[in-house]
Amino acid sequence: MKNVKVYSTPTCPWCIRTKQFLKESNVTFEEFDVSTNQVAAEEMIKKSGQMGVPVVDIEGVIIVGFDRGKIKETLGI
Amino acid sequence: MTDLIIIGAGPAGITAGVYAARKKLDLLVISKDIGGQAALSGDVENYTGYQFITGLELAAKFEEHMRKYGIQVRESEVVIEIKKSKETVSVTTDKGEYGARTVIIASGKKARELNVPGEKEYKNRGLTYCATCDGPLFASKDIAVIGGGNSALDAVMQLMRIAGKVYLINDTASLRGDAVMREKIEEAKNVVILNNSRVKAILGEKMVNGIMIKREGRDETLAVKGVFVEIGLEPNSGFAPQIEKNSLGEIKINCRNETNIAGIFAAGDVTDVPEKQIIIAAGEGSKAALSAFRYLAEHKF
Repeated sequence: MKNVKVYSTPTCPWCIRTKQFLKESNVTFEEFDVSTNQVAAEEMIKKSGQMGVPVVDIEGVIIVGFDRGKIKETLGI
Repeated sequence: MTDLIIIGAGPAGITAGVYAARKKLDLLVISKDIGGQAALSGDVENYTGYQFITGLELAAKFEEHMRKYGIQVRESEVVIEIKKSKETVSVTTDKGEYGARTVIIASGKKARELNVPGEKEYKNRGLTYCATCDGPLFASKDIAVIGGGNSALDAVMQLMRIAGKVYLINDTASLRGDAVMREKIEEAKNVVILNNSRVKAILGEKMVNGIMIKREGRDETLAVKGVFVEIGLEPNSGFAPQIEKNSLGEIKINCRNETNIAGIFAAGDVTDVPEKQIIIAAGEGSKAALSAFRYLAEHKF
């Protein structure tokens, strides 16, 4: 199983959809709430070069926004 | 070649898809996302059958309903152009080209852009069109909200609790929107309202670090880390140059959802239908699908 990190805020609808999709696909992931975790927020901005959420980090592959196709492709599911 | 291509998967597109699938049409849905603006709505209390549901939950129910029919959906795909020639409509996207006998345009609306220098460059680098999504990233930072209507006021209400100083940049003489929100904003200590002010440019290096505005005839620079653009919506209709639109860019339709081009129908917020509501978009989607079905039958496809 690949290491998956999700950077999100509690209020953003596409973040909720992203996490829902990962759960439905039985993908375990580490979640960072960038609205409260400043260190994670900076890490996310550094990794993705932008401030929009959600950001999914699949072992170095950075996916900005809820992109079901790209997540599936990267995870091979 | 399919019977029908539906562009968009918000309430209108999904409902059209369900109706078309039940008519056994061979169809394809192409959409940037699923749920459209409905997924971004907060609480929905006027969709019959649900006394209360969030926009996100309702959009998920729509999607589930569509998926039940095994409809082919091409998600994260953006339509660039549609063209009618003879009896076929060709649909060009950023990923491919498709042909269909009929098309339903249900591509909805998107946030209106400022069209100033720096806007494209700093999008998602401090400039955003979704306060609900990205607001929390600007905790204790100074920010600017652009606009003067309800969506701008709503954004300020959310942001004034978390951000540092909030500049509200409004290009008219006074704020519009609901009085209740206006009063709360006028009372807030960290909100500075700048009326008669126009945004000239978004400034920054890697990320946003300021905006330039013109106020009372003079250029001013405000140091902000975030810019929230809330100046209303515009229809996603640019990919259909042959199709007649009104002065707002909305696709003109008749009561059967027909456009000026035979075989091309439109439904929901992208059209000139009066009132933009989830339930209206859904109803319009069903009408468009039935019209497309009738058209196909009449032309003996």
